[in-house]
Amino acid sequence: MSTGFHVVVCGSLVPDLLQTLEPVQGPAGPALKNELMLPSVLDPWAAHALFEAAHVAATVPGSKVWLVSLGPKAKLQQLMMSIAPKVPFELVAIDASASGFTDPVEVAAALAGAIEKIPTLDRSRLLLFGGCASASRDAGVTVALVGERLGITDQFLAADELTVSAEGTLTILERVEGGKYLVSEVSGPPCAIAWATGNLPEPPNNPQVGMLNMRTMMPALQKAAAVQLASPGTTFHSVELPKQERRTRIVKDVPIDEMAREIADWIKG
Amino acid sequence: MSNEDAALLSTLPGDDVRQIMWRFADRFDYQMVVQSTRAVARGPVARAVAKGARNSHEWTEDKADLLREFDAAGITAAPVDPEYGGFIEGPKNFLMGLIAFELAWVDAGAGTSSMANTLALAPIHERGTPEQKQTYMTRSVPPQPGENRTIWRGAFALTESIPYVGVDTGVLSGRVRVAEWVDGEAPVLHVDKRGRFITNMGSANFVTAAVDSGDPRIKGSCMVILEETDPGTWDRGTPTKKLAHQLSSTRDPVFSLRVPADRIVGGYTVKDGVIVPNYSHADVIEAVFTRTRAAPAIMTSAKLLSAIEPVIRYHRRRFRGAAGITEGTPRFDMGLQQKEDALHRLLDVWAAGEAGTSLGFMALRLLDSYDAIEQAKSAALAQLGVAGGRAEFKALRAREGAASEYLALSAKETLSAVESARLAELEADPVIKFMVTESLSSVLIPATKLWNTGHGVNMMREAVSMMGGYGITEDCPGFLGTKWIDGQLEATYEGPEVVQRRQLSVTMSRTIFLQQFQQWIAHLRVVAQEHPAMGASTLANAMELWLWSREYLSTAKDPFGKDVYSSQRHGATYPLADALSWLVASYHLTIDVLQLAQHGPESPALAEGIDGLVNFYNDLCTIHSATAAGEATRICAELVFGYRAAPDATRDDPTKVVDAFIELAPFVALRTRVEASLAGSKLAKDRAADALAQVMIPEVLDYPV
Repeated sequence: MSTGFHVVVCGSLVPDLLQTLEPVQGPAGPALKNELMLPSVLDPWAAHALFEAAHVAATVPGSKVWLVSLGPKAKLQQLMMSIAPKVPFELVAIDASASGFTDPVEVAAALAGAIEKIPTLDRSRLLLFGGCASASRDAGVTVALVGERLGITDQFLAADELTVSAEGTLTILERVEGGKYLVSEVSGPPCAIAWATGNLPEPPNNPQVGMLNMRTMMPALQKAAAVQLASPGTTFHSVELPKQERRTRIVKDVPIDEMAREIADWIKG
Repeated sequence: MSNEDAALLSTLPGDDVRQIMWRFADRFDYQMVVQSTRAVARGPVARAVAKGARNSHEWTEDKADLLREFDAAGITAAPVDPEYGGFIEGPKNFLMGLIAFELAWVDAGAGTSSMANTLALAPIHERGTPEQKQTYMTRSVPPQPGENRTIWRGAFALTESIPYVGVDTGVLSGRVRVAEWVDGEAPVLHVDKRGRFITNMGSANFVTAAVDSGDPRIKGSCMVILEETDPGTWDRGTPTKKLAHQLSSTRDPVFSLRVPADRIVGGYTVKDGVIVPNYSHADVIEAVFTRTRAAPAIMTSAKLLSAIEPVIRYHRRRFRGAAGITEGTPRFDMGLQQKEDALHRLLDVWAAGEAGTSLGFMALRLLDSYDAIEQAKSAALAQLGVAGGRAEFKALRAREGAASEYLALSAKETLSAVESARLAELEADPVIKFMVTESLSSVLIPATKLWNTGHGVNMMREAVSMMGGYGITEDCPGFLGTKWIDGQLEATYEGPEVVQRRQLSVTMSRTIFLQQFQQWIAHLRVVAQEHPAMGASTLANAMELWLWSREYLSTAKDPFGKDVYSSQRHGATYPLADALSWLVASYHLTIDVLQLAQHGPESPALAEGIDGLVNFYNDLCTIHSATAAGEATRICAELVFGYRAAPDATRDDPTKVVDAFIELAPFVALRTRVEASLAGSKLAKDRAADALAQVMIPEVLDYPV
C-alpha cells in the first residue's frame, strides 16, 4: 500500500460498567436512572476496534484514523480525556443520545451521514471499523447497517484479526461456531469490519499523542451536529435487569463429575 | 422548604463537579492527565497494594514497576516544561495537586514516589542555572521516540542525620569543602552528607543535597547536585523502617563524593579567593517549599473523599447474608444507614475532605500565578537598583503602606475620581501585586499543610472506625487503614505541623493579610443574604470573633506583665493559627460551592442532578461552617480568658463574672452571635443525612482493577 488506509471507527460511550444501572421510565421512554450523571467509558467492543485501527494505521504508512462518536456532547468530552492519550485519531462527534434504548437503524443513518461529510475521506481507501456488539445494547447490526448505507458490500462480523499483505490484500479472521475462525481474503478497501475482541492489548497512555489529539477534539466537539433519534415505530414496553438467583448448598465429598452434572441439570431446568 | 420537597443528591460527585469547583473545566490537558493518573492509581498501584507490595521496606521490583507506569502515563513528564521534554505549558503546581489527589485516592506512597522526583528537581527548577536545568530536566523525562537513554530519577536530601528524622532546616551537618583548586581552573568540591529518611533513594541517580561550608574558601551553605557516578562513596544506605508510604523508597544514604563546583545549585562567584554560592540552602529551600507543601496536603484530603463510597457500601450491606435479614427489609436495604450516627459521622468526614481540597487547590491556583508575579516584582525592583536579600526586604517593607492602601481602595464600593486613579496606579504596580499575593499565599499554604493533614488524619481515623474491625485489616475496601497511617506522614513531610504553626503565627498578623480577611467577612455577609442556607453567616461571625481575639491578644499581657502574643509564646499563637486554619478551610469550601451553584447548571451532564448537588453541598457547607465556628470559638475563648487571672469574686458569686470581665464584653457578644447563628445547622445535617442514605453508588469499588 503506497497511499494507506482511511480507517473510520464507529464507537461511543457506555455507562461505566461498575455503576449501578437501574432502568427507569423517563418522559421520552426508558432510560437509566441518573444516566447523565454516571461516569462513562468507551464501549469495550468499540475500544478494540479503535486499537486495531491504530495498529493498522501504524503499520501501513499514509493511513489515518477517524473516530465517529455518537453521544451526548458533554459526556463525549469527558470520555475523550481518557482515550485521547491512547492512539492518534481525529474525532467526528455527533450530539445525540447514546442510550441503549435507541434504534440501530437510526443510529446507523446518523453515523453514515457523518462519515459521508468527512471532507478529506477517500471512500476508495475506507476501512469501516466498529464493535460487533455493544455493552449498552447488543443489537449487533450497527456496523453492517452503516456499511450498507455507504455502499460497502465486503463486510466481516466478529473479527479477531486483520493482516495486510505488502500488496494491500486484507486477510480477516471471523469468529464462527465451535471456537473456529472463518478466514477471508479481500483484495482491498473498502470493507467493513465489526470487531470482536481483536488480539491487541489496550495501548499505554502517551501524553504527547493526547495533546495532539486534543487540538482537533475540542473544535470537533464544538461543531458536533445535534441529531434526534426518535425511534418511530419502536415501543419499549418494559425494561428490567437480568434476574440474579443465588442458591447456596453446602456439601461435602461430592465428586466433581456429580457436581457438574447437577449444575448442568439445573441449567437445563 | 420541607425535607420532602428538596431535591436530593443523585450520585456521588464526579469529574464534572470537581472540574467546576476546582476551576479546571476549561483545562482539557489537565483533565487528560487526571484520567491517565487515575488509570495508573486504580490499576497498577491498587493491584500492588492488594498483593502486599507495601509489606516491605526494601525497594522491590513491584515498586519499581510503578515508576515505569508513571513514565508511560505521562505522570513523570507532567511537571517538566515542554522545552525540556514535558508536554504542558505554564506553571504546574495545580496540576501536581491533581496528580497527588488521584494517586493518594488509592495510595499516597505512590503519590510520594511521583512527587519526590519533582521535589529533587525543584531546587534546580527554581534556582538552577540554565545549564543545570537543561541537564537534569531533560534526563528526568522518559526517552522520546528515537532516543536511546535511561531515565534519571532524583532525590532531595535535606534532612539529617541518624537517628533523628527531620531536623531543623537551619542546622546542617553535611559539609562541603574544596578538594582541589588549580589556578585558572574551576574548583573541585568534596561533599560529605549523611541523609535520613530520603525519599526515592532506592532508585535515585542524582541527589540535590543541602550542605554547609566546612572550608574557609566556601562561604555559607548551598545546595549541591550529586550523581551516582561521581568519584567516592555513593551508598544508598539502609531502608528507613517507616510505618507509612511503603510504596515509596526511603533510605538513609551516605555520600562522600568529589563534584565539580558547577554542581552548586544556581552557580557561584569567586570573591577574594572564596567561593560564594549564588543561593544559600535556605534561599533554595524557601523557594522550593513555598511551592511544594500544598500538594502533599491535598493527599490527605483525597483519602477522606475516597473513603465515602466504601463506607456507604459497607454500611448499606452490613447485615446482608445474616440469618433472618431478608431482602426488602430496612436492615437488608439500608443496613447501618438506618442509624443517624453512621450518617452524621460520615458527613463530618466528607465535609473535612471537601474543605481540605477546596483550600488546597485554592493555594495551588494562587501558586500558579505566583511565578509570574514574583518575576515581575523582581524586575521592577531591579529597575530601582534593588536586587534580592536585605535590600529587597527593606524595599518591600517600605511599600506596605501602599499595599494596604490598595486593599482599602479595592474594598470600597464607590470611589472618587482621584481614588479610582490611585487604585489603577497601585493595581498596575507589580510590587504591590506581589505583596498582596504573597501575604495570602504565606497564610494559605501553611494553613493547607497544617489543617488538611492534622485534622485530616483525625478524620481518617473516624472513617476507619466506621468500618469496624474491617477498617484495620489489609483487605479493607479502599485501603482505609493504611490511608490513616499514611496521613500521619503527610502531616510531617516538608515541615511538620509545628513549622506551619510557626509560619502562620507570623504571617497571619500582617496587616495586608488581615485586610483581605476582613474582605472575606464582608463577602460572606453578602453571600449570607443571597444564600441563607450555606452557613455563611455562621462563618462570618466566627471570623469576626477570631479577628477580635487576635487584636485583643496582640496587646494583652498576662498577670505577670508578659506579652501574650509573642514569638516564643506558642501556647497563644499556635492555637490561634489552628483556629484560623479551620476558618480559612471553611471559607474556601463556601467559595467553591458558590462556583458550583453558578456554573453547574451550564453543564448538560449535571443538569438533571444539579439541584440535588447544590442542596447537598449547601448543607455540607453549613455543617462545616458550624464545626469550624465551634472550634474557632472554643480556641479563642480559651486564649482570651485563659491568660487572665481568675478574679476572686467570681468564685463565690457567678453573677459577678460579667462585671469582672467587663472589657471582654465585645468578645462575649461576638461569641453569642456565633452561637445564635448555629441555628439550623443540625437541621442541615439531617437533610444531608437523608441525601446520604439514598444516594446512588456504584455496584463495586473501582479499584483494584
